[in-house]
Amino acid sequence: MAGTAVRGRLTWQTATVGSVVSETARVRTLSLSVPDWAGHRAGQHVDVRLTAEDGYQAERAYSIASAPGEPLSITVERLDDGEVSPYLTDEARAGDQMEVRGPIGGYFVWDALDGGPLLLLAGGSGIVPLRSMLRHRERLGSTVPVRLLYSSRSWADVIYRSELDQPSDGVAVIHTLTRQQPPGWTGYARRVDQRMISEVAWPVDAGPGAGPGAGPLAYACGPTSFVETVASALVAFGYQTRRIRTERFGASGQ
Amino acid sequence: MSPISRGFHGRRREDAPGRVPPGQYVTRDFPVLSAGPTPHTALDRWTFSIEGGHEPKRWTWQEFQALPAETVTVDIHCVTRWSKLDTAWTGVSLDVLLEGVEHDAAYVLAVCDGGYTTNLPVADLTGGQAWVAFNYDGSPLRAEHGGPARLLVPHLYFWKSAKWVRALRLRDRDEPGFWENYGYHIYGDPWREQRYAGD
Repeated sequence: MAGTAVRGRLTWQTATVGSVVSETARVRTLSLSVPDWAGHRAGQHVDVRLTAEDGYQAERAYSIASAPGEPLSITVERLDDGEVSPYLTDEARAGDQMEVRGPIGGYFVWDALDGGPLLLLAGGSGIVPLRSMLRHRERLGSTVPVRLLYSSRSWADVIYRSELDQPSDGVAVIHTLTRQQPPGWTGYARRVDQRMISEVAWPVDAGPGAGPGAGPLAYACGPTSFVETVASALVAFGYQTRRIRTERFGASGQ
Repeated sequence: MSPISRGFHGRRREDAPGRVPPGQYVTRDFPVLSAGPTPHTALDRWTFSIEGGHEPKRWTWQEFQALPAETVTVDIHCVTRWSKLDTAWTGVSLDVLLEGVEHDAAYVLAVCDGGYTTNLPVADLTGGQAWVAFNYDGSPLRAEHGGPARLLVPHLYFWKSAKWVRALRLRDRDEPGFWENYGYHIYGDPWREQRYAGD
């Protein structure tokens, strides 16, 4: 299997915070200026390292929010008991410095050459790497058809809402709001399940060609329970295992 | 010299000193990371094989359960930076499984349901360092954590502890597995922070 976007040794590079955008009450997007950033592919992540005055360091990995060719940006959700995310969402401002290392990951990526149709499934901040894919598609003028199913707790928790409200041609965005819905909401109002997947997913025989390696390509990112549900539902719906790429975060509830 | 991140204080490590490798933090959760859907293999179709020796070895689930198992309590370290201390597993030691397998191989490729693979030196599997584990914390290992059985090699980053393992292929040469092909370290020692190729 052809390899990796990792070129030689990955070294830590100084990153300077540029713009800071509040996406929701708990989520911010930080653009990071990295002089020697080698570029990335849609869906990859980056390691972030913070250093305190006494030399104490903490590292975490974050999905890259920007498209290949755009300046590096990450979107971070505040975890109340977190060590790094509250700094990034509450404290960091333009001009602050940190270190990054990457890009990392070569499987959960989408290039326009990978084709489609694309089925993107996001739970909460799992939208971040999928947003990189959507922006990548738009920047390239790709016509690959896309359906995005995005599960959020409430309308106020929808990340990139204005961007997703105006999708490019060929992109359909379907929301489900699991806890609270605005008045008059007519969309889905429950956690994803088999029926929702069968209503939203591209049919197995959609798209050009047939046989192995053809058919819709699915990317699912979100909490473990979300990804387990949608990936199992897609398998039951007939999707090929190798056409379902997943990225999970959070605990299993065990 | 790392630049100071203004206003970052961090949470000092109150965890057991000497037990958390560099760049890791301790979690009480048990996060799940997998590249694709969780496979579900029925136990009556499950087998475990060791291939590439002079004689191939193979166990059914029942035969595997009849092997001497042990319960071990170990710390595990994921390359995504979480570490989990004092995890209790029950499984069959690779010392038991490799006993009587005649071979000259220096490496294995672990092969799993779902197509996942990872490579390891044989020397890291023997001497009480590795198990094929089927119980976690006293209960059957759940599918999302690699059940019915996964490799457990706690002294290496946890992607080496392949979920849903079905076979070990003995090899003369070290061949990169799934994540190793995507730029992760060929060996993966958490204490030397071997996360990515070249580390």
